[in-house]
Amino acid sequence: MTDISLDTLASPAARPRRDIGLKRRYAAERRFRLYGVLAIAVGLAFLAVMLTTIVSKGYTAFWQTTVTLAVHFDEKIIDPENKRATDPNVLITANYPKLAEAALIEKLGIDPSDRATVRKLKGFLSDGSRVQLRAIVAADPSVIGTTRNVDILAAANLDSAYKGQIDLNVPESRRKVSDQQVEWMNKLKAEGVMAEHFNTGLFSYGASSRPETSGVGVALIGSFYMMVIVLLLALPIGVAASIYLEEFAKKSRFTDLIEVNINNLAAVPSIVFGLLGLAVFINFLGLPRSASFVGGLVLTLMTLPTIIIATRAALAAVPPSIRSAALGLGASKMQMVFQHILPLAAPGILTGTIIGLARALGETAPLLLIGMVAFVADYPKTPFDPATALPVQIYMWANEAERAFVERMSGAIIILLIFLMAMNIVAIVLRRRFERRW
Amino acid sequence: MSFLLVFAIVLAIGLIAFAVGRQRARAQDDGTVKPHSRAHYHGWLAFLTGVIPAVLFLAAWDIGASAYLNSHIHAALPADVADGTVAHEDLAAGLVKSLASGMRRLDSQTLAALPQTFAELQPMLAAKGVALAPDTQDYMIPIAADANRVSDRLDMIVAVVSIGLVLIGSVYGLSRITPRGRARNHVEKVMLWSLLGASTLAILTTIGIVLSMLFQTIAFFEKIPLTNFFFGTVWDPRFAAAGSGGAEGQFGLIPLLAGTLYIAFVALLVAVPIGLMSAVYMSEYAAPKVRAVVKPALELLAGIPTIVYGIFALVTLGPFLRDISAALAGGTPFIQAQSILTAGLVMGVMLIPVVSSLSDDIITAVPRAMRDGSLGLGATRSETIKRVILPAALPGIVGAILLTASRAIGETMIVVLAAGVAANLTLNPFEAMTTITVKIVNQLTGDLEFNTPQTLVAFALGITLFALTLVMNIVALYIVRKYREQYE
Repeated sequence: MTDISLDTLASPAARPRRDIGLKRRYAAERRFRLYGVLAIAVGLAFLAVMLTTIVSKGYTAFWQTTVTLAVHFDEKIIDPENKRATDPNVLITANYPKLAEAALIEKLGIDPSDRATVRKLKGFLSDGSRVQLRAIVAADPSVIGTTRNVDILAAANLDSAYKGQIDLNVPESRRKVSDQQVEWMNKLKAEGVMAEHFNTGLFSYGASSRPETSGVGVALIGSFYMMVIVLLLALPIGVAASIYLEEFAKKSRFTDLIEVNINNLAAVPSIVFGLLGLAVFINFLGLPRSASFVGGLVLTLMTLPTIIIATRAALAAVPPSIRSAALGLGASKMQMVFQHILPLAAPGILTGTIIGLARALGETAPLLLIGMVAFVADYPKTPFDPATALPVQIYMWANEAERAFVERMSGAIIILLIFLMAMNIVAIVLRRRFERRW
Repeated sequence: MSFLLVFAIVLAIGLIAFAVGRQRARAQDDGTVKPHSRAHYHGWLAFLTGVIPAVLFLAAWDIGASAYLNSHIHAALPADVADGTVAHEDLAAGLVKSLASGMRRLDSQTLAALPQTFAELQPMLAAKGVALAPDTQDYMIPIAADANRVSDRLDMIVAVVSIGLVLIGSVYGLSRITPRGRARNHVEKVMLWSLLGASTLAILTTIGIVLSMLFQTIAFFEKIPLTNFFFGTVWDPRFAAAGSGGAEGQFGLIPLLAGTLYIAFVALLVAVPIGLMSAVYMSEYAAPKVRAVVKPALELLAGIPTIVYGIFALVTLGPFLRDISAALAGGTPFIQAQSILTAGLVMGVMLIPVVSSLSDDIITAVPRAMRDGSLGLGATRSETIKRVILPAALPGIVGAILLTASRAIGETMIVVLAAGVAANLTLNPFEAMTTITVKIVNQLTGDLEFNTPQTLVAFALGITLFALTLVMNIVALYIVRKYREQYE
């Protein structure tokens, strides 16, 4: 472009062009550009591959195979000696899986005396039927002796087979479901007795050694407690610290020290906060291990620098004219900050807080050290009870060998990512909606 | 009465004082004298004069009481236990404490006729859902009951005194309300002090980090000599090799440090070129529309928790690389499923947005005039970037790379899942190596006894990691700041 006009300017009688390597230089330019596009493409491709593999592995976790059986609550099996009126333990320790098995035997039309065939039923229904049927009986003992339709969970291997995740071409001895079980499965499927339902258990169950009865219920509650604690502690403390540093502190060695500290804490590896929590909160202060309260404290310390940095930026963005106006009308400095600057900076503060919370929600390493890697089956009633957190639950499932746990794990990752995405979207919306450009 | 209940009562009394104070100040304002502060400041002042001393007392007492109770239990332990090692005594005291807290759940009738043997007591506690260690001894039962009585008495005293304090304080505050009283100034002074207090938490956290790790590290080095840790090339904390490490096992830092640095190096090899190039492309080439879509998408990479990257490496990428290498080599894979390469690759991708957002800031900080000058002299855009902008931004980029490296060194979940646990010393990127962070997690997630070198070493590792990243961060922040000043 330029060289042409220059050439024509210099000599109207077209001289032979000076070779300044333009072709080579433009080629280099295009190459450079290509590198840039490639770099971005690599990053985005990795993101896409990672998300699709996780979603493709995990979306099936949101469905669970159940078998609808007419369970006869046989008094002879539950309470053969008729002692339940005097001994409450009878109803707790009764052989409930036997009821489910009997119902299945009847459904499949197997001869109950055919021991060899009955034995093949082992591993068809989940052992979770014990808890499920016991709950029914405990809620209403009068059910004993009657028959009721119950949706009983299929065992994890059958669930996988139903979803087509087990390769049936592999020789029978090398896979976890037998040909006989597959045949039964297909029969039940054809009758509409065995079907997939939305897996509410994934959200409500706690830890379990059986994939089909394990879920993120406890982890969700634990994570929720921690987020509440982080919000209640980190937001006020962070905002107070930023107000002091941004509006009141005079430049001194002390405030310099605080600033250096905050910047450094923002870059300290998260696992170091876990060590701090273990040594100070658990060993020194004697707080309980595995408690979401301790997890919340550790995550608070970790999130504080993020919130402080965001809040200071938001406070600094409020123009000085507002400050002058408030002071000029006779407000004290404290009144100016709390009644004028803080409300104007609130959207920025909230955005920073939500992003900090999202980071805290996905954080795993420090929680491993304060004992959140725990097998917790019961819901934590208070933040001081043992609990796990969503990412820690994912980590624990990652260490399980069974295939069905991988499915659960990917499902839990999807849940975690949905939460994170929702938080980030809220942050973006807040910023778009309320942010002011001065 | 529990601590929380007392605290709630104190707060409630304070709030009443607030309401009364505000009312009083309003009533005093008859229009003759111009009040100095608005009514609610008088209310808050009454609240603060009541609540602050009570809460301070409550906090001090709570710390003192638990120390007193501890020594009380220790003193009550029989002589043969108290003569034993400290760890044994602590263990017994711990059992007494858990027994005492378990007995809190029993009703008063059971407590009045408390069984004298643990064998009888255990089923009663179990019925209330209290599970206790089986080595609880019979002699602990009276001690626990006594400890409960003492702590009840202490709780009673603290409740009475702090409620008394809040009452006296509020009444004093209320009595001082006058129209010209400078309530606002006092309240604001308290607010200022609490703001200052909040900002010193950052310093306290750092001190807490250093001290907590320092004490445990000192305890560790009392058992294991310094040279064994810093110069040992064998990591084998459980079992000792014959005649080389003593009975305690060997705690050589070198293989862990080498693994940490190697993986971080591989990660930087991935992250720096890709991150830098995408930052350059975004800031210099991309059309605003492309930028608006691609930039948040890349930042999404930064928002994904590291555990997800770790799982991806463990479940998908690691096996994939292993299978590919098996196909290439015809049978036996030369890349292990958990390897430096896998961990480094995935960590590198995780760090792309870190590098690119840091270098984006730095590139845009290069003054417009330099860019325009170069373009005006006829350089192409890529020549401008390569010969003018990048050299000008170099110190900042070095700082950014240092910051990224410190992230890579401190990263935990990816390496825990993808790098393996074997402490090898190798140069082959296809083999597994382990890192400092992996070993911290490994040493502290088991059911290990606390005062053994096996757990204490985690703190020594932690302080090494902390020192390493601290130095890198300080240098990086210094460089970045110096660089910014240059163009401001």
